[in-house]
Amino acid sequence: MTTASDQTPRQAWLSVLATADAAQLQGLWHESGFTPEFDWLRAPEVGAVMTRARMGGTGAPFNLGEMTVTRCALTLPDGTVGHGYVQGRDKVKAETVALIDALMQGSRAHILDEVILAPLRKARHARKRVRAEKAAATKVDFFTLVRGED
Amino acid sequence: MYVAVKGGERAIDNAHAWLAEERRGDLAVAELSLAQIREQLRLSVNRVMAEGSLFDPDLAALAIKQARGDLIEAIFLIRAYRTTLPRFGYSYPVDTGRMTCDRRISATFKDAPGGQVLGPTFDYTHRLLDFKLAADGGEVAKATTATAREDDTPHIASMLQAENILQEEPHSDQEPKDITRRPMSFPSDRATRLQALARGDEGFLLGLAYSTQRGYARNHAFVGELRIGRVPVEMEIPELGFSIEIGEVELSECETVNQFKGSKTEPPQFTRGYGLVFGQAERKAIAVALVDRALRWQELGEDNLGAVSQDEEFVLSHCDNIQATGFLEHIKLPHYVDFQAELELVRKLRANSMTDEENEA
Repeated sequence: MTTASDQTPRQAWLSVLATADAAQLQGLWHESGFTPEFDWLRAPEVGAVMTRARMGGTGAPFNLGEMTVTRCALTLPDGTVGHGYVQGRDKVKAETVALIDALMQGSRAHILDEVILAPLRKARHARKRVRAEKAAATKVDFFTLVRGED
Repeated sequence: MYVAVKGGERAIDNAHAWLAEERRGDLAVAELSLAQIREQLRLSVNRVMAEGSLFDPDLAALAIKQARGDLIEAIFLIRAYRTTLPRFGYSYPVDTGRMTCDRRISATFKDAPGGQVLGPTFDYTHRLLDFKLAADGGEVAKATTATAREDDTPHIASMLQAENILQEEPHSDQEPKDITRRPMSFPSDRATRLQALARGDEGFLLGLAYSTQRGYARNHAFVGELRIGRVPVEMEIPELGFSIEIGEVELSECETVNQFKGSKTEPPQFTRGYGLVFGQAERKAIAVALVDRALRWQELGEDNLGAVSQDEEFVLSHCDNIQATGFLEHIKLPHYVDFQAELELVRKLRANSMTDEENEA
């Protein structure tokens, strides 16, 4: 397993894109104004990935069950290859991710990072925090009423 | 004996048309959207994902709508759909220690690091019908918030392991068997059992787990830890040569801590049962953990008490509700020829026995 701290930049952006909210991603992509030409290397296809887990959380691996995943690969006119791997059955999202992945390898990466990836990272963090804060409010504070020995 | 028979096509078409109409129900009532099912019947969605063995809330919602709320029928639809999907590969084992917990409780340690976090639970509700929900458009009060933990929540098992009093869970990267690729064979192994139990019928496993509590292969379980939340799913992408996070799944994880006096092969210690299930499904996760522990009797050198929960062939062959319902329900389909043969046989036997009686008389 890779932890967030030892991800390469490409691993990091692909991970952020894969887990982004589809509607938000499309919105940001359209606003960014990029409309690159491309050719498919692999048209979007829906498939399954078998998720694994470990016995007792830490022991030997076992197969838990599948999840749906959509993937595609494309190439820009300059030959840069972009990959899209996203959870669920969303061919448009996979295409957008692959396009952003390809463009992120070029000279305009800093623009894309600012207008697309930064808001997605922020949203991802916020999504997580909202639930964590609600969970925190349900944490039990124990207090002792009366102790029998007094 | 199977004989091809034709006919009934018109009746079948008409039956299905009526089914569609019944599914829609009264037209004066608004139609359910998939988003409504996904958001408001989430625990049904979770059950369909877990037992359908495919994590996809939108698909599960569709299956529930199509199946008119019959969850086993919905699970059947998901199982059928998943066979059409190409397999892209296997994820890395998810790290439940990194789970963003909505809920995390321990029945064994009051002051567990990370605390007792109740989450959105039915526990401590009074189980009284809430007639406010019968009225439309009621405003829902916003859930209270508090400062969130930044750190991962440690597993309770790690506390007991520090004392060396809990059976170790040997770490390995051995390739597990996959029941979706090769049929189960017996004796099986724990990886196979945990996969089969994760997609097993909740009701069946609940009954089995309950039987272990009532004394059939008693193994006195404590819920060491129960946690529900989301974990990232990471997968190696061959064409990239590195791994990325491809998504996130919600899981319920239960680890039981069981009294164990020791056996010929193991010293006195606590042993463990483990249940991991897609979605918020804690009843199922606890049941899986209890049944997992009961099935480990052999590896722990315990006695076979002849309880069904110790019989892996029995448990694993009957916990799949799609296999079960397929075989059970097929007997309602036409067996005219089989029955005709039986009928002939019984008539003949009856006639013979009558003649014998007459001869004796």
